[in-house]
Amino acid sequence: MDIRLLGAEPSAEEKSAIDEILGAPVSAWDGGERGSMRDAHTAEFGGHSTREQRHMLLPALQALQSRVGFITEGGLDYVCARLGVPPAEAWGVATFYAMLATSPRPRRVVHVCDDIACRAKGAVKLCAALEARVGPPISHEPEGDHVPLDRDKAAWMHSPCLGLCDVAPAALMVEAGETVMERSIGGANIERLYALLTEIKVPGADGANKPHILRSPQIVSGGLLQRVGKVDPTSLAAYRAAGGYAALAKAMDMGAEGVIREVTESKLVGRGGAAFPTGRKWEAVRTQKAQPHYLVCNADESEPGTFKDRVLLTEDPFAIVEAMTIAAFATGSEHGFFYVRAEYPLAFERMNGAIEQARAAGLLGENILGRGMKFDIEMRRGAGAYICGEETALFESIEGKRGEPRNKPPFPVSHGLFGKPTAENNVETFANILSIILDGGAAFAKVGTPQSTGTRLFCLSGTVRRPGVYEVPFGTSLRALIDMAGGVPEGRTLNAVLLGGAAGGFIRADEIDIKLTHEDTRASGTTLGSGVVVLFDETVDLRDAVLRIAAFFRDESCGQCVPCRVGTVRQEEALHRIASGKTRGGVSAELALLNELGDAMKDGSICGLGQTAYSAVESAIKRLGLYSEAGSAHA
Amino acid sequence: MTVPSFVQIRRPDREPKKTIELQIDGKAVKVPEGTTILTACRTLGIEIPTLCYLETLRPVNVCRVCMVEVEGSRVLVPSCSRQVEAGMVVRTGNDRVNHTRKMVLEMLASSVDLSTTPGMDELLEEYDCKPERYGPPAPPAAAGVRDAAVCGHHTPPNPDFAATVAQPPMVDNDLYIRDYAKCVLCYKCVEACGVDHQNTFAIAVAGRGFDARISTELAVELPDSACVYCGNCIAVCPTGALMAKREFDMRSDGSWDEEKQKATDTICPYCGVGCTLTLHVQGNEIVKATSPLDNGVTLGNLCIKGRFGWRFVQRNAES
Ligand SMILES: Cc1cc2nc3c(=O)[nH]c(=O)nc-3n(C[C@H](O)[C@H](O)[C@H](O)COP(=O)(O)O)c2cc1C
Ligand code: SF4
Ligand code: SF4
Ligand code: SF4
Ligand code: FES
Ligand code: FES
Repeated sequence: MDIRLLGAEPSAEEKSAIDEILGAPVSAWDGGERGSMRDAHTAEFGGHSTREQRHMLLPALQALQSRVGFITEGGLDYVCARLGVPPAEAWGVATFYAMLATSPRPRRVVHVCDDIACRAKGAVKLCAALEARVGPPISHEPEGDHVPLDRDKAAWMHSPCLGLCDVAPAALMVEAGETVMERSIGGANIERLYALLTEIKVPGADGANKPHILRSPQIVSGGLLQRVGKVDPTSLAAYRAAGGYAALAKAMDMGAEGVIREVTESKLVGRGGAAFPTGRKWEAVRTQKAQPHYLVCNADESEPGTFKDRVLLTEDPFAIVEAMTIAAFATGSEHGFFYVRAEYPLAFERMNGAIEQARAAGLLGENILGRGMKFDIEMRRGAGAYICGEETALFESIEGKRGEPRNKPPFPVSHGLFGKPTAENNVETFANILSIILDGGAAFAKVGTPQSTGTRLFCLSGTVRRPGVYEVPFGTSLRALIDMAGGVPEGRTLNAVLLGGAAGGFIRADEIDIKLTHEDTRASGTTLGSGVVVLFDETVDLRDAVLRIAAFFRDESCGQCVPCRVGTVRQEEALHRIASGKTRGGVSAELALLNELGDAMKDGSICGLGQTAYSAVESAIKRLGLYSEAGSAHA
Repeated sequence: MTVPSFVQIRRPDREPKKTIELQIDGKAVKVPEGTTILTACRTLGIEIPTLCYLETLRPVNVCRVCMVEVEGSRVLVPSCSRQVEAGMVVRTGNDRVNHTRKMVLEMLASSVDLSTTPGMDELLEEYDCKPERYGPPAPPAAAGVRDAAVCGHHTPPNPDFAATVAQPPMVDNDLYIRDYAKCVLCYKCVEACGVDHQNTFAIAVAGRGFDARISTELAVELPDSACVYCGNCIAVCPTGALMAKREFDMRSDGSWDEEKQKATDTICPYCGVGCTLTLHVQGNEIVKATSPLDNGVTLGNLCIKGRFGWRFVQRNAES
């Protein structure tokens, strides 16, 4: 392709950051010196080979961001030259992701979470204090902002949920440089944040990744968290000593069809939110004629209030690698992708380490376990976009495009990553595979209820005494789960619970006897979603939480389809009119309007984001009665 | 105008196609496999509004104006891209369908300037849209502000106004203008500039959510971009957001009058390709040049010369 560049030169720093990812350029056709021997053979080096590298666009932009702190003109031009991507398209991709800065920024930026769980723990006050101390955050319109011109100073900005709700209020510091520095910060306070923004020295580890974990007493042995906190997550030897890789060997003995038979018999359904039967998905991919088949692990985990996958990835990464290998075996995939959200540096590091060790030990690669199986996993990091957790948006993101969901059908099992049959699963779904193989699908199905089998990880946060990841069998009551976590702090009363995240819904305190199963939650018009359980006691302003959720959807809409792009804006506006007392025709007229908008978003949007953008708002209106006369007392 | 579908133009299908039988609004209909619901509806004379669909472009199904109900589907489906299946039961005009269409049109009309979108007034009336119920439109953004938006960090809404995409038109060259206050983000221009037609890739969608916009790289002006001024994006733009400079100027000074225009087809004199040109003449002046969408040679496309290079005719006449 003949592309026209801006003609801006990359600095030596920018060039080296990009070359580190893409390798040195071989010819002038991909940004190297003119007149090299290879330039004579343009067909080989110009067109096809560069085009095939489009999937390296996001990693290349990330390399630039990590080294310099923002996407520079020269750097963008060089990336485009190297990959043969038209600059307008690369710009479209760069401006899609919140963690890529497209205007100059200081090297160090602290992202302070002000999402629902952190809000329940004082994040709004914390941000206000920070603003009073160091000035306003980087916001929507960079010009009018307080962005320190000195690139060695630091800036801060608000952030949606960082997946650290168990240690709320949370923050994430990122400092661009020769080696990028990323720190997750739990239990953030003003002094800590002030120090991060004013001191140049490297802040130490923060213990933010030390998860609180509890298994329900019913889970005597096994379970998804059995190795967490007990087996060194950085050592393959330790994992194998604890029984690791027995499942893969057994799976190979069973054959692909045998594996799928067990998974189907287990009645395992996906834990990413949509609860689709995993066995059926794998069988559909296995039997596709088109080749190659791909396997994708979805670790984007950006649903506000969700952090279970983070715990699995940081504390038991080899289990995910092993389960992905089994899935690849069952679905006939030789190539896997592991896509993790940008805000999980430790999960990325641990998984990367696990994959490297597995590869070195012949557990990934050309001849796995010496039994002729071929499979490897490529790592990808997100760049700050909730929507990239939607499976088809995730494919687009891996392919180097804007993370815009595709219209379905066709479905990923036939037209997935790079248009090929793809099995895409959530981290927790994979984590269940090992015990299904080792103990059999029938044994797995005995746990839980006939329709919701096995155990489930729940993420407890908000005003709860012991926030953390809890594993319970399906069918446990929400009340029992809340009791395990100690309930709300002494002397306070539970007001409402958010189930399933921003895409889920609120339920009232008098509804917590509900059984945690897919069928029970569906029957009562709510959802387990990604296992989110945020508690709100009377100290939390629920209307404020609803506003934050509405803002979240507006920020995270990919913008592709009208009902979601404009509907999320109109929804947030109506809620703000109610909040400010400036309603158009009274509260009930606004509620009717919200309902009309909600119906159109549900029915007309392309993907689950728009389709669920009204769910939590609707439950706040109809279930909590938050905007009725009686409900106003809550606010 | 009956125009063969994009797929048929590009990939002539020699194999006879299977016939699919389905039901639309209670009527049985048989159409060839691969037909979209929209096309099937048209064979029955059922009109469905569209915005982002065009016969000469691959469907992007983003505007959601053309939604219909398909039995068994949890949500409505876009008729412009969804292919028919045997036994499908489609409903095109029930309350559920009409509600979504109405809301989508209202959302657009309350946030975008649709004053030059042909047929829009009638459509808004048909669906009983009341865009004003979202509040008075917010004041336009200053030039460049929407292009610089930091993704994922919108400013909280002002309860006195309804947010819009209003901003000043971009007039940065002599040939055409970009008035993104009128952009419904239908992706058509991007498709036309990209693989569907022109393969120049001068423009793309940038930003996210309500900040999403059509942009060159780093939002540079057109003369600094890869644009070759073929104007093929103008040809597909449904709202007049992209407009030849001459038309823009005439509309600004109030002299643009389509009633007084006469369209004449001719062959472009510049090169051997022989594109069909439609010259729009008002008061003995060529005010616009287009090419018919259903023309097998051009599919509505031209190059800079055919699209813009007719001023010399005027000059000769003037001198
Ligand atoms: C807006 C949106 C965000 C999503 N985010 C995630 C996510 O972060 N992780 C995830 O596993 N699934 C997410 N999903 C669900 C995926 O689309 C998909 O259903 C799931 O990953 C399939 O895996 P499973 O069958 O193992 O659950 C999301 C869906 C939507 C609509
Ligand atoms: S529903 Fe929202 S996020 Fe999903 S495709 Fe449409 S605009 Fe994008
Ligand atoms: S005039 Fe042609 S090259 Fe320029 S943006 Fe439009 S379609 Fe692309
Ligand atoms: S400029 Fe026109 S063609 Fe392009 S997206 Fe906007 S409305 Fe569609
Ligand atoms: S980390 Fe703040 S809400 Fe999840
Ligand atoms: S015309 Fe079908 S979605 Fe736009």
